[in-house]
Amino acid sequence: MTLETRLRDRRDAGRKLLMPYVTGGITPTWVDYLRAFADAGADAIEVGLPFSDPTLDGVTIQQATDAALARGATARDILGDISGLEHDVPLVASTYYNLVVHDGPERFCAALRDAGVTGLIVPDLPLDEAGDLEDAAASAGIDLVLLASPATPQPRLDEIARRSRGFIYAVSLMGTTGERSVVAESATTLASRIKRSTERPVMVGFGISTPEHAVEAARSADGVIVGAAVMRRVLDGAIPHDVGADLARMRRALDQERDRR
Amino acid sequence: MSDPGRQGRFGEYGGGYVPESLVAACREVEEAFREAWVDPGFRGSLARLLAVHIGRPTPLTPVRRLSAELGINLLLKREDLAHTGSHKINNVTGQALLASRMGKTRLIAETGAGQHGVATATVAALLGLKATVFMGERDIERQALNVFRMRMLGAEVIPVGTGSRTLKDATSQAMRHWVGATEDSYYCVGSVIGPHPYPWMVRTFQRVIGDEARGQCASELSTGVPDYVVACVGGGSNAAGTFAGFVDTSARLVGVEAEGGAGAALGRAGVLHGARSLFLQDGHGQIVEAHSVAAGLDYPGVGPEHAYLRDLGRARYVTVTDDEAISALVRLARTEGIVPAIESAHAVAWVIRAAGAGELPSGATVLLTLSGRGDKDVSTLKEQL
Repeated sequence: MTLETRLRDRRDAGRKLLMPYVTGGITPTWVDYLRAFADAGADAIEVGLPFSDPTLDGVTIQQATDAALARGATARDILGDISGLEHDVPLVASTYYNLVVHDGPERFCAALRDAGVTGLIVPDLPLDEAGDLEDAAASAGIDLVLLASPATPQPRLDEIARRSRGFIYAVSLMGTTGERSVVAESATTLASRIKRSTERPVMVGFGISTPEHAVEAARSADGVIVGAAVMRRVLDGAIPHDVGADLARMRRALDQERDRR
Repeated sequence: MSDPGRQGRFGEYGGGYVPESLVAACREVEEAFREAWVDPGFRGSLARLLAVHIGRPTPLTPVRRLSAELGINLLLKREDLAHTGSHKINNVTGQALLASRMGKTRLIAETGAGQHGVATATVAALLGLKATVFMGERDIERQALNVFRMRMLGAEVIPVGTGSRTLKDATSQAMRHWVGATEDSYYCVGSVIGPHPYPWMVRTFQRVIGDEARGQCASELSTGVPDYVVACVGGGSNAAGTFAGFVDTSARLVGVEAEGGAGAALGRAGVLHGARSLFLQDGHGQIVEAHSVAAGLDYPGVGPEHAYLRDLGRARYVTVTDDEAISALVRLARTEGIVPAIESAHAVAWVIRAAGAGELPSGATVLLTLSGRGDKDVSTLKEQL
């Protein structure tokens, strides 16, 4: 089943979607975080393949990336780690375009497919440069997720919604990844604009740090992506069980909000 | 070396690999630049500032004693004599005028050796703009004089402590900052790197070096054009500006990189800081940190147009060690009374080596762009000598 089918089914069943992020290879036993996220009710999990120069990431993900690279983590090892896993949650790889260029789009996507990954996010690959990877991803059965930002004008937003696969990643604010104290107003506006343009799931990411944020952002979108808030806990030494418990609280908040409405 | 089109392509290189949040901002810069460049008013203001504020044209200096020692005819294009001491000001003057025209009130810049930062701080002061300069902590240590100059000129200097703590990470941090500040701020990129339109626009603003030198060579040399045109290459802006003036001649173009930062000579295709170009990478696609005594050459890649010129075979890229550069610096100082920047000394070093090895034929005419002066490097030199 494709990532998109899976997310649509759940969304259409009335569920708000939750996608936590983990930097692959951050600890020797990092796949335990995947299991904890799955147990906590994640609908998909984003796995970062660390790149030395993460230009769209704030301090937290930068630190997580540095830590993984310092351990000697490589994309190949990370994909090796997950290919043997028993899990029922779609995995979405995310990385910067240089790692794709390094292997070549076809080889890169084939490696993702062989590891059981069904989606891909490349934050420094805008629509205009995405052609090669779109083709390679489609052939490998990988959904290439495109990002939309508050600065994206409407006709371009429509094209992003049309060409994105899996879901549309709504970048909540003009800034880098990282925890924030409130959900930016631009998140709601952007999610609503995309929703008017497409039936595809719309996920809001960047700055979603608490269950309250998740609930607020999910009102205008189909779900949320939680990265830096998770990785802050991981960097502070939280074990998978504890990070999973945080995520479970977010899950409950989203479910309660649904039941209330 | 022409207009790379809307997609900003130099062969397979270039392009605009930026987060979606920056696409609109890059387009806005491109539109504004295309419009300004054909506006006589803009070109007139730029020409006037370059003349009365920057001191252009810079001279072409025949170096008699060193030439005699090497058995060649060496001419220096003296960008070290431009205001603030390097070629960086040519580009900044153009971009800052553009930023003002776009209604932006603040310039963001990255800097390695601090020359681009100083130039940005200087022109910002001149035009009444604010300036925020990102600089690696390691460069802040080795270029303390330039940090002081920037602050004195009213710029905010933000230390970058991540990664290599040099130019690469300063550039990443400037881009991150720009994502959140596109409304009122203009990203003034300091080299022929970054997403479209920067490599093309920066080369166009630096082209004044090559155009002036072409005219000066025409009157200075009986052959009209030199046999060789040589410049140092970090990201490659002084080289791109110089080469642009000679790419349609018979002159052989040589870019000189630091051995530890040789993106063009030793890199492989990749994408960093918004462009597809040549970068130093490990076997897994991670960018490798550059290492050079010259902060301005301490960058693991090269501008996309240089990658293209390399592939075409129109320019060749060679490397020089730290030691060669330092001894060339001293030799130029003692034979000609000119203390070049350590960056520029790399170009001098290659000429010395190539002349000695017979690679430069006896009597060859060589134009070398001396991109900057060495005052900023005095403390580094004190440690090295």
